Amino acid sequence: MSELYETPPIRHSLLADCAVRLVRGITRGRHALRGQTVLKVGVVIVFAFLLMTALTQVWPAITGFHPTQYRDAPRLESPTATHWMGTDQLQRDVFSRILGGGYASLVVAFAAVAISMITGSLLGWISGYTGGWLDRALSLTMDAVYSFPSMILAIVLVAMFGSGIGPMIWAVGFVYIPTYFRVTRAEALQVRETTYVEAIKAIGAGRMRIILRHVAPNTVNAIMAVSSFNLADAILTVAALSFLGFGLPPPAPDWGFDIQNGQKYLQSGSWWMITFPGLMIITLSLGFGLIGEGISDLVNPRRRRRRV
Amino acid sequence: MSGLMRYALQRLLLTIPMVFILLTVIFLVLRVMPGDPVSAMLGGRPVSPEVLQSYRVKMGVDRPLPAQYVTYLSGILRGDFGNSMRTSTPVLEELLSRFPATIELALFGLLIAGILGFSTGILAATRADRPLDHGIRVFHIASFAMPLFWLGLMFQVFFAVKLKWFPVAGRLGGQMAFSFEPITGFYVLDAILRWDGKALADIVRHLALPSLTLGIALTGLLGRVSRASMLEVLDQDYITTARAKGLSERIVVLRHALRNALIPIVTIFGLQFAALMGGAVLTETVFSWPGIASYLMRAISSRDYLAIQGSVVFIALFISVINLIVDLFYSTIDPRVRY
Repeated sequence: MSELYETPPIRHSLLADCAVRLVRGITRGRHALRGQTVLKVGVVIVFAFLLMTALTQVWPAITGFHPTQYRDAPRLESPTATHWMGTDQLQRDVFSRILGGGYASLVVAFAAVAISMITGSLLGWISGYTGGWLDRALSLTMDAVYSFPSMILAIVLVAMFGSGIGPMIWAVGFVYIPTYFRVTRAEALQVRETTYVEAIKAIGAGRMRIILRHVAPNTVNAIMAVSSFNLADAILTVAALSFLGFGLPPPAPDWGFDIQNGQKYLQSGSWWMITFPGLMIITLSLGFGLIGEGISDLVNPRRRRRRV
Repeated sequence: MSGLMRYALQRLLLTIPMVFILLTVIFLVLRVMPGDPVSAMLGGRPVSPEVLQSYRVKMGVDRPLPAQYVTYLSGILRGDFGNSMRTSTPVLEELLSRFPATIELALFGLLIAGILGFSTGILAATRADRPLDHGIRVFHIASFAMPLFWLGLMFQVFFAVKLKWFPVAGRLGGQMAFSFEPITGFYVLDAILRWDGKALADIVRHLALPSLTLGIALTGLLGRVSRASMLEVLDQDYITTARAKGLSERIVVLRHALRNALIPIVTIFGLQFAALMGGAVLTETVFSWPGIASYLMRAISSRDYLAIQGSVVFIALFISVINLIVDLFYSTIDPRVRY
């Protein structure tokens, strides 16, 4: 590699580069975030859920009622002053259960999105930058997977892997790979044609170096916007998988599973067992969705002006 | 050969490698990934190695992968999806008999999503940045974030259990389930063909909540695309010209803008069939709807391996056909598209 192009070691890694961008973004953030109500609301919601989930992991009976061991309440009671959201068929407090019920959703959503983001982006960069038969083969494969309903694919994969947090992470992670592949490939195709890539190629930079140091950082904005929407979608997918019985084994509190449990008592009119976990899923998914909206507005000023 | 015909043929030829790759991915996912079909079927029950081996031979998974792959592909080409291990009926037969139920649900869901999404999107675009616009956009985003199965259950709680306006689940109620004789399997169509008003009312009442659930889940995306597309068009010079000519706003929007705004909307509309099938799994589960998605779910819970594989392949083929049709449909909407 040419000496002309030597940079300090820390800037060599993509991770460090992202970190630098993030810090810059935050320090500049005060100014940039002015008027970004949507983004702020989203961030507040997601942080509130993270905090709540962390707290209930350390201290499950944070409301005064234990989500799994509490057996003192009347059975299937509608919301009262003591049990704000009623009780279920095993005399457990629904409010305590929904506070801790997001653990699996959050863990699986974050881990799965991380897996698909890394795999999908790497393949996308390589495919878009390299081109040729590799690009054609990868694109066709990814398009084929993308065209298939992601929910069904996730269900079938979890059914093969077995239920629980680990299998859900792999299944959901696999399903979203094409999402990142498409975004990063499209960006890489554009970057490949730029003059600066031509210039560093002339200096003699290797293919991997160009991809990681020059192509990849240019796709970070797009990846960030996509990943927030993706997290919102992942929350819904995980909830659906739990609802179908592939999630945490009982008695652990879990929104999707608790809704499935409440379904059995639907005919008797026990609406509270279904309503409240669902509202939690909506709020969390909405939080990620709003962050996505906000980021898209930030990185795409034209969109912000047009408010499209 | 006309341009359209040639394009259709080209597109058809392009679909073949796509389907082939999809089938290969399904094969790899189901056979190569951890958890082979036999152990998935046994679900962790302890069995002797001999029994395990006999199952492997019976399912044909004892042979090398390439051989399995050839058997798998040639089976599908001949329309042989294997027999269900639970009921020993041919999987394809079962899928075809349940297919109309899913299509009926999907079509009505799409219809509702289309009407709701399109009208709210256009309305929001013509009232951009005013209170109505903000309200509609919140509704669109909320529809995105809503778990579909939860929405279905909420509808059941309020409209079926509390208000008793609609039945909780199923396709036909009470006596009707025994007396009604389907012709095509599309019950709404069958009731009209048989000129049976009572049956039609019952069928529509059963269809209402599931299709509304599926429809609302898709409304957000369609609404957002409609709004964005309409805004884009309203910004064009020819719209300014139309207004300058003194045309009424109604004519400008309906005659000049709408048709041009339709193109991206139709694209999204077509692509929604994949999401629709995904949503159908949950809707059919919640409403005990006897379609292919609920067949898949039952196959999964009884670990009926060939039925799982058959359903997945069937859905993949169906989606490919739909994508092809949507692609060919563009020219009718946009006369500028020439093939």
